Amino acid sequence: MASHEQRHVASYGQLALILLFLLLLTGATVGISYIHLGFFNVPAALSIATLKATLVLLFFMHLRYEGRIIRYSFLGTALVLAIMIGFTFWDVAFR
Amino acid sequence: MTAAPSFFENPSPPGLTGIKSWLLTHDHKRLGLMYMWAILFWFVLAMFLGLLLRTELMSQGRTIMSAEAYNSMFTLHGVIMVFLFVIPGIPAIFGNFFLPIQLGTDDVFFPRLNLFSWYLFMLGGLFAVVSLFLGEGFPDTGWTFYVPFSVGTESNVSLTVTAAFILGMSSMLTGLNFVTTFHRMRHPDMGLMQIPLFTWSLYATAWVQILATPVISITFVLIMLERFLGIGLFEPDKGGDPLLYQHLFWMYSHPAVYIMILPGMGVISEVIPVFSRKSIFGYKAIVWSSMAIAIAGSLVWAHHMYTSGMSDVSVFVFSLLTFLVAIPSAVKVFSWVSTMYKGAIAMSPPLLLSLCFIYLFSVGGLTGLVLGAAGTNIHVHDTHFVVGHFHFVMFGGTGFAFFAALHFWWPKMFGVMYRFRPAYIGAVLTAVGFVFHYVPMLILGLQGMPRRYYDYLPQYETGNFLAGFGGYLLIAGMVIMFVNLFVSLRNPRMAPADPWGGTTLEWTIPSPPPMENFVETPVIPDFPYDFRKFMAGGKGGGKGR
Repeated sequence: MASHEQRHVASYGQLALILLFLLLLTGATVGISYIHLGFFNVPAALSIATLKATLVLLFFMHLRYEGRIIRYSFLGTALVLAIMIGFTFWDVAFR
Repeated sequence: MTAAPSFFENPSPPGLTGIKSWLLTHDHKRLGLMYMWAILFWFVLAMFLGLLLRTELMSQGRTIMSAEAYNSMFTLHGVIMVFLFVIPGIPAIFGNFFLPIQLGTDDVFFPRLNLFSWYLFMLGGLFAVVSLFLGEGFPDTGWTFYVPFSVGTESNVSLTVTAAFILGMSSMLTGLNFVTTFHRMRHPDMGLMQIPLFTWSLYATAWVQILATPVISITFVLIMLERFLGIGLFEPDKGGDPLLYQHLFWMYSHPAVYIMILPGMGVISEVIPVFSRKSIFGYKAIVWSSMAIAIAGSLVWAHHMYTSGMSDVSVFVFSLLTFLVAIPSAVKVFSWVSTMYKGAIAMSPPLLLSLCFIYLFSVGGLTGLVLGAAGTNIHVHDTHFVVGHFHFVMFGGTGFAFFAALHFWWPKMFGVMYRFRPAYIGAVLTAVGFVFHYVPMLILGLQGMPRRYYDYLPQYETGNFLAGFGGYLLIAGMVIMFVNLFVSLRNPRMAPADPWGGTTLEWTIPSPPPMENFVETPVIPDFPYDFRKFMAGGKGGGKGR
């Protein structure tokens, strides 16, 4: 068990690098809010947020090191969330 | 079969005695029974409230209560029935008790989390009760807590949505436990296509519990934020969207219908082959239809919103998707009927209740198509037709499946057999009372009587009187059924390990089961519904009177 744990814990250097990247992306979110992109305001903010969440899930929450069942379970969950948001937009977009 | 002390005599963790051995138990079977007593308490309470409501409506004008009391009472009836009986009923009682046994293992993956879920369930129930007596009393919003009324009303919405939030947490954790147990604790020799259909239905349900429940939890938090901070998420004046609440609410609450019905379908899939002495017809089709219902059922929430001002594109898409759910549901019904075809039918109370389920659920499903079609929906939206329809599904479906499960597994859970004659009388009276109770509601709805109204026009009086009369018959039938079951505990006639001639693993162990479930390593059958040995040996049939 201990060796299994050790195998997939990233080094402090890697984790610090990911943290730095997350902070940069947070800065990007703030920065992009000052640029008028019209319709693309929301997609841009959501894309950055999705990228950040993906990094957290992969490295801090160890999804990268898990087996198939956990990965598929997560992908299924993300798909459900996407469908829920997407189907709601059918209403909002065509109202 | 090796004799071993039952789980009643052998506590888990060992050494605990008396009430502690129940309140601190890690045993899934004890927890199943603890859920059972709590859920039955809520069921009886909500049933009594429902009877009072229908008594009020039996004649025009005030009959036994004020309009305010009526509003609070139908909310309380809905909240208790939905969150404290129908959603947890089959998974929390029979799922906890039988899922690990059917998977050939000794407990769920997280036994302590299982106990914690029970405490959350009790705490949620306690909050619901407390909200009756604090502030301005129980909400008058209906169980849907629609905004803006739920944000503005003086009644105790905050505490009640907190109760529902906690209950949702309990449901989610139970689902998590079941999915993990299914994948991690299953007997190594048991392949996916060797798993009993009840467990498959619980697995499909558990995914819906895990994925949909957080949405309602967040929605309840948003109601609280609106009430206390007025952030304006649902107010157009503040840039909010008034329909957003309805989307969020039904994103959970429609899939919740499948949390309620899928385990019931699982029960029927167990009962029908046993009493037909025949392998289930279309095992794989039933497995896949469970998963298909779980998936498709999660994509149809906005069919509750056709008249809300939603876009026409949405109405079209959600109507289409709603009709798709009918396909896997019909696959199950055809499979059950085909299983009985040319089977050696042995009538018993669980089978009779299952047949009632098939009939009543089918009516519920077909009336659902009337509501799913956008054209007809406009005419019957928010009428008594809707009340009749969802009671046919929730009560005629899940309720009768719950009764069937009680009668099917009662000998296994308690090791005693009940008398058949009162069970038959109770079942028939319940079914007849049910039809008298709810068919008038369908007709009243088609005639235009709205739901949730305290009073009505004179032309609706006959229908309302008949519905009330049917309600009394229905309750008389249920009283006979339950008294008969409880009498069997007081005057026990011991039940054998396999009184029905079942083939799934729970029938291979003693009644009631030992603490570790299996004294010897279970032998996993190639197919869970192989009745050839019973048919060859002539075993089977009920052992009741």
